[in-house]
Amino acid sequence: MLTKRIIPCLDIKDGRTVKGVNFVQLRDAGDPVELAKIYSDEGADELVFLDITATVDKRKTLAELVTKVAKAINIPFTVGGGISTVEDVKVLLAAGADKISINSAAVKNPGVIDEMAREFGSQCVVVAIDTRNVDGIDFVHTHGGRKATLLRTQAWAQEVADRGAGEILLTSMDHDGTKAGFANELTAEISSALSIPVIASGGAGNMPHFKDVFTFGKADAALAASIFHFKEIGIPELKEYLIGEGISIRK
Amino acid sequence: MKIAVIKYNAGNVQSVLYALERLGVDAVLTDDPEEIHAADKVIFPGQGEASSAMTYLKARQLDQVIKDIKQPFLGVCLGLQLLCAHSEENDTECLGIFPVKVKRFIPENSQEFKVPHVGWNELENLADNVLLKDLPDSKFLYYVHSYYAELSEATIATTHYIHDFTAILHRDNYWAIQAHPEKSSTVGEKLLANFLNI
Repeated sequence: MLTKRIIPCLDIKDGRTVKGVNFVQLRDAGDPVELAKIYSDEGADELVFLDITATVDKRKTLAELVTKVAKAINIPFTVGGGISTVEDVKVLLAAGADKISINSAAVKNPGVIDEMAREFGSQCVVVAIDTRNVDGIDFVHTHGGRKATLLRTQAWAQEVADRGAGEILLTSMDHDGTKAGFANELTAEISSALSIPVIASGGAGNMPHFKDVFTFGKADAALAASIFHFKEIGIPELKEYLIGEGISIRK
Repeated sequence: MKIAVIKYNAGNVQSVLYALERLGVDAVLTDDPEEIHAADKVIFPGQGEASSAMTYLKARQLDQVIKDIKQPFLGVCLGLQLLCAHSEENDTECLGIFPVKVKRFIPENSQEFKVPHVGWNELENLADNVLLKDLPDSKFLYYVHSYYAELSEATIATTHYIHDFTAILHRDNYWAIQAHPEKSSTVGEKLLANFLNI
């Protein structure tokens, strides 16, 4: 039976992990490769690296990091942050990334999704959608959720799927950082409407939140950052809990 | 031991090379028939579309090279599908090593079953085969595919998605895995190690 995926997300700046991480076994808390290896050994099903380095000349550092990660771990990983062209994708895939994720660039130029899917196959194109509810309507936001657009989230999700996205990473900016649970209703609405997998992100605070997003939220995968980094929830205990709750999970 | 990884117009080759590196073997990525024939073992990885891959292989006579191989040979993902007789993906005649048809997943209920089949799923109905020796108890592999090989006499393990499909094939010196062993943690590593030990 196909299992639901648990995905830790690592924020990267200048080739280093940012946001404090709280792993006693880490010799270097800023080393993404070491952290990636720990998550992989603990049973993470996939990893996402989000590069928040803004400048173009730092992109080379990212490709070098991707190679180090690809050599060290044997589970799939996605790289996102600041990717806008087919050339950007080519460099990262050649460095060893399994998938890339695009966000603002897709909103600005939706045709780039078709281009990337044609060039590299849908399986490696993840479209990240940051959404915020404004007066009862869900709108796509860009630039880390700071910039509103006129795109309706549901319609945009359908469009990116039609253009050839392989997966959608849906982050609710209303839930992100609240630790009050995922955006289950919206996730379910989008997941039910689309034939591609939806990764839910934003709001994980405890183990039942994961159960809820896999059941009510109909998510195919759930992503979280700080609760894993700060060891509030360990991946092995989370997986054990979910298996106990009858969710299909990889042991 | 010399391992040749066949170079063609399909993606995801790099992670196979890294996985082999982790297992401590040197692999060469090549489309040179002589080099492929001279290797102790040959791996045929890939991710992509069947008809363009077949066109590419034929244009370089790699189709014949693959059919003539006598060494242990391992197809992975698209590599498995291309070793079959025919794929529904753009109605493609494939290499015919396995007399098996490759079909598209058709979900009865598109809300419950999405296509492609993406994520970790389990090996079942394992035959007694050298490739499957001493696998860990938990036998999950990472899959990404929209087409699958039908069950056949060459099937040595199955996976269930919508219905049972072929997870691993074996006939003579040819083995093939639908999932990505290079991305499938300790189970995938063991499969690759078993292949290297054949």
